[in-house]
Amino acid sequence: MAISFDEVQHVARLARLELSNSELLIFQSELNALLGHFSDLNEIDVTGILPKPHAVSMHNVWADDIAEVGLTREYALRNAPRSRAGLFVVPTIIEE
Amino acid sequence: MFCRCEVAFGGEPNTRVCPVCLGLPGALPVPNKKAIEFVLRTALALNCKIAMRSVFHRKNYFYPDLPKGFQVSQYGETNPLGYHGFLDVPNAEGGIKRIGIRRIHLEEDTGKLMHLPSGGSGVDYNRAGVPLMEVVTDFPPDINTPDEAREYMVQLRQILLYLGVCDGKMEEGSMRCEPNISIRLEGAEELGTKTELKNLNSFRSVQLGIQFETRRQIAVLESGGKVAQETRGWNDATETSFAMRLKESENDYRYFEDPDLIPMEFTEEYIESLRATLPELPLAKYRRYMADYGMTTKEAGVLTGDKHWAGFFEQGVALGADPKLFSNWMNSELAKYLNETGQVIHADLADDHHALSKITPNHLLGLIVLIQDGTISGKTAKDIFREMLVSGDQASGILAKSNLTQISDDEQIKAWCKEVIQNNPDPVAKYKSGVINVIGFLVGQVMKQSQGRANAQLVQELMKAELENA
Repeated sequence: MAISFDEVQHVARLARLELSNSELLIFQSELNALLGHFSDLNEIDVTGILPKPHAVSMHNVWADDIAEVGLTREYALRNAPRSRAGLFVVPTIIEE
Repeated sequence: MFCRCEVAFGGEPNTRVCPVCLGLPGALPVPNKKAIEFVLRTALALNCKIAMRSVFHRKNYFYPDLPKGFQVSQYGETNPLGYHGFLDVPNAEGGIKRIGIRRIHLEEDTGKLMHLPSGGSGVDYNRAGVPLMEVVTDFPPDINTPDEAREYMVQLRQILLYLGVCDGKMEEGSMRCEPNISIRLEGAEELGTKTELKNLNSFRSVQLGIQFETRRQIAVLESGGKVAQETRGWNDATETSFAMRLKESENDYRYFEDPDLIPMEFTEEYIESLRATLPELPLAKYRRYMADYGMTTKEAGVLTGDKHWAGFFEQGVALGADPKLFSNWMNSELAKYLNETGQVIHADLADDHHALSKITPNHLLGLIVLIQDGTISGKTAKDIFREMLVSGDQASGILAKSNLTQISDDEQIKAWCKEVIQNNPDPVAKYKSGVINVIGFLVGQVMKQSQGRANAQLVQELMKAELENA
């Protein structure tokens, strides 16, 4: 399950990471080493074992439908780099 | 969905936010039990299989409509709470169109972005994290026309309102429709590239939008072009669609199980207990009204279109009303009055702009009984009905206070007939010479004399007898 250079480039782009060619090569070899360890798991017989979606053996941790007051707007916006008229301001989104 | 912020429409931006829906570091989400229950109830009503074990996933993307860099959703074919169901949509001919449901999953809604004239985009996170149920229809699609899409939406909305899981207000975005549209050559199997349409905020725009998009795709292909897979927005004012963004392929979202959220597991008993609480759904009611009360598809459709309207009808029938007469009065006079005044017949529907009507099923029944036993004429009934809606008094009470009782007194009617015969020698002569239908005029004169209160059938009878003697 070796990972290709193109795949590393693709994942980097999705994560909005700007990597040079030499960095991409380093990540490719490091990721492949990591995936190599996981391939050992393929040796294990898992017949009859259900996939476990979570490490803890709990389920149905839910909250009742009761509304609570959250943060004040002033407080919520306090750490925003930019805000205006009660809105968080972000750079204009240009679609790729 | 995963925080306890209030769900509401509108309001000042960023006033219903908390560390969880703002995605602040360290905040931990906990799912709302009621929302899960609502989705399960909907899934059962739409004949779905239930995922007895189900998890939430993260859908990763960079767009500031959610502050976390991902949306919590449910991925997979059999992991969403409901899957492989269907919705039967009745048509005007009394037939059924079955629309397959691929899956029903639960996710969180996104915030709203608005363009700022001063530069940049402003984000309001009030809506971010609100529970959002997505109902996905089958592919290849069962919906073949814009009309079918509209009918499917109408039926789905009715069911959601019957279940009480949604207020169905498309204009407020609490119910949305994002149709995927593709075309093919007549007779061809394979469908062309699809586009998705957003911003449809009424049933009408659903229909118009799909019509427009179909024509647009045909024009693109006929001019030798290619349909691009993209999301398009609907502009209600110009009735056209515009390109919004090219669709990212599914893999790019890198779905994975959300480690902050604990898996869900349901028992058969729990699911069956939910199934037991489902109300009779609109289609079942519609069929029952036709079978039990001999209603037409139209009558049954109007009565079952709204659960409170159907409830009003059923209360009347339970009190002993004749179903046909009762439904006729509801769908004509009562509907007309409510339409004129903006009043509603159930407290749940009342708000600042819609007052609760004073009329109850018992009021309407009381009126119908007076018509049936001949105490009042149909015309008088309408007058009493209006009075009843204003005062909230029972029909019998209004009648007692007024002069509106139907007159069936032979002697009184005979006296009027004699008077009319005496005052109208010409029509009487005509009648004598064989122009029988002139009797209508003479009866009309008696009705006028009685101010509409005389029993018209009796007048007809007695007038005939008097004319023989005249």
